[in-house]
Amino acid sequence: MSADGRMSAAPLGRCVAAQVLVELRLTARRGENLLALVVIPALVLVFFGSTSIMDVPGDRSVDFLLPGALALAVFAAGMVNLGIATAYERSYGVLRRLGASPLGRPGLIGAKVATILVVVAIQAIALVTVAWLALGWRPTEGASVVVLLATLALGAIGATSLGLLMAGTLRAEATLALANGLFILAVVIGGVVVPTTALPAPLATIADLLPFAALSAALRMALGTAAIDVAPFAVLAAWAALATILASRAFRWD
Amino acid sequence: MTGGPAQPAIEVRGLVKRYAGRAVVDGVSLHVAAGEIVALLGPNGAGKTTTVESIEGLRRPDGGTVRVLGTDPWGAGRDHRARVGVLLQDGGFDIRARPQETLRQYAAFHAHPLDAPGLLERVGLTAAARTPYRRLSGGERQRLGLAIALIGRPAVLLLDEPTAGMDPEARAVTRELIGAERARGVAVLLTSHDLVDVERLADRVAIMVAGGIVAAGTTGELTRAGESLEDAYLRLVRASGEASVPTAPTAPTAA
Repeated sequence: MSADGRMSAAPLGRCVAAQVLVELRLTARRGENLLALVVIPALVLVFFGSTSIMDVPGDRSVDFLLPGALALAVFAAGMVNLGIATAYERSYGVLRRLGASPLGRPGLIGAKVATILVVVAIQAIALVTVAWLALGWRPTEGASVVVLLATLALGAIGATSLGLLMAGTLRAEATLALANGLFILAVVIGGVVVPTTALPAPLATIADLLPFAALSAALRMALGTAAIDVAPFAVLAAWAALATILASRAFRWD
Repeated sequence: MTGGPAQPAIEVRGLVKRYAGRAVVDGVSLHVAAGEIVALLGPNGAGKTTTVESIEGLRRPDGGTVRVLGTDPWGAGRDHRARVGVLLQDGGFDIRARPQETLRQYAAFHAHPLDAPGLLERVGLTAAARTPYRRLSGGERQRLGLAIALIGRPAVLLLDEPTAGMDPEARAVTRELIGAERARGVAVLLTSHDLVDVERLADRVAIMVAGGIVAAGTTGELTRAGESLEDAYLRLVRASGEASVPTAPTAPTAA
């Protein structure tokens, strides 16, 4: 109770934690989300890791494919899942309603970002487990858990900002179409299965400047299967910063 | 702060809200005291929802002032929002969420919420507590919205069409709940098209037409001998198209 004896809001941390639990529960309840979040990245990993359809670099294809599958999973979570769900929440007035509650707009955005970080952690554990058990993946000597976690977090923030930018500026149907279109783009030229070096020159340059291939490349460095290069991290950070600034300025709550 | 006895819980002076240069609310003034129910009536498009949303802090006024519990609701803090219960016209809940989940979610936003299962029972939603929102009837959705508005023991209730889509029994329960809040000292501003509900519930009525309040007062002040509130409403709305209708002399700031 507040000083004047009237009712008051719960501490912000408790509000955000409650909202994160709701977001996780509703995410798990959407079957199509589970398909995009875990099943598709895992299928890409297992299918291309156990066949020789694609000629991937390195001695073991799983060393190339696991970072790509992780990057795909991050964009499935932040850009596709969160973007589409938030766009429909906006059209149903859910965002407006929660923004007017004691949770508030900053609390709601904080809860959505925290939710995606939790989802990405679950996805990473699931994909590493699949790679370990089904494809015999083992970490290389150059792998760094700290760099891996930091890269996943940077990728998650960038993907979440892109998702929120679409959700807060486009109609729900347009967000649905664009997010799925970008997801397909990520599969094709995101360095997930096909190295960007195998793409034709102009396309390779474009692909390297997009956040999808940048995250795939950065994760390969974090897992010690590619030489350290600052360029993918710079591209990823630039996209995360740009999307965050645009989303914070252009986001419409109703 | 809540203000002294002279300061109403809700005070609106000369509110103006424009969309694309057109004033949809044009100079509205009204007040609601603690322990009072004021109903805002008017045809569709009159500006009622925009007025209520400005009081909720969801719309930024283009002119005039709004004070709720002594605070400007636009940009007000979390504690202020915890003291204002809101029922939006369009629901605003996730279609997959169940009423008991949504009520618990909103209860967690308050320091001292009401007991969620008990409140579900009071609004008559216990049987539908685990039904996804998309499968609820219109009346059940309104009851959930009302429960969400009440969960934080608010000092002010802003209810946009609280009985819309409800069957007669649910409407009676809703009237009792709103009446009980008034008895608790809560200031209630509601909009409605159901004039029977308004006649039974509201202490004062304000009628909006085309963005302005054209008449205001108690039901007794607005009706002529033998007239129901509906008769008076229709007469006043129709007259407003021809000439301005004076507000009741006992309504100092229109409502």
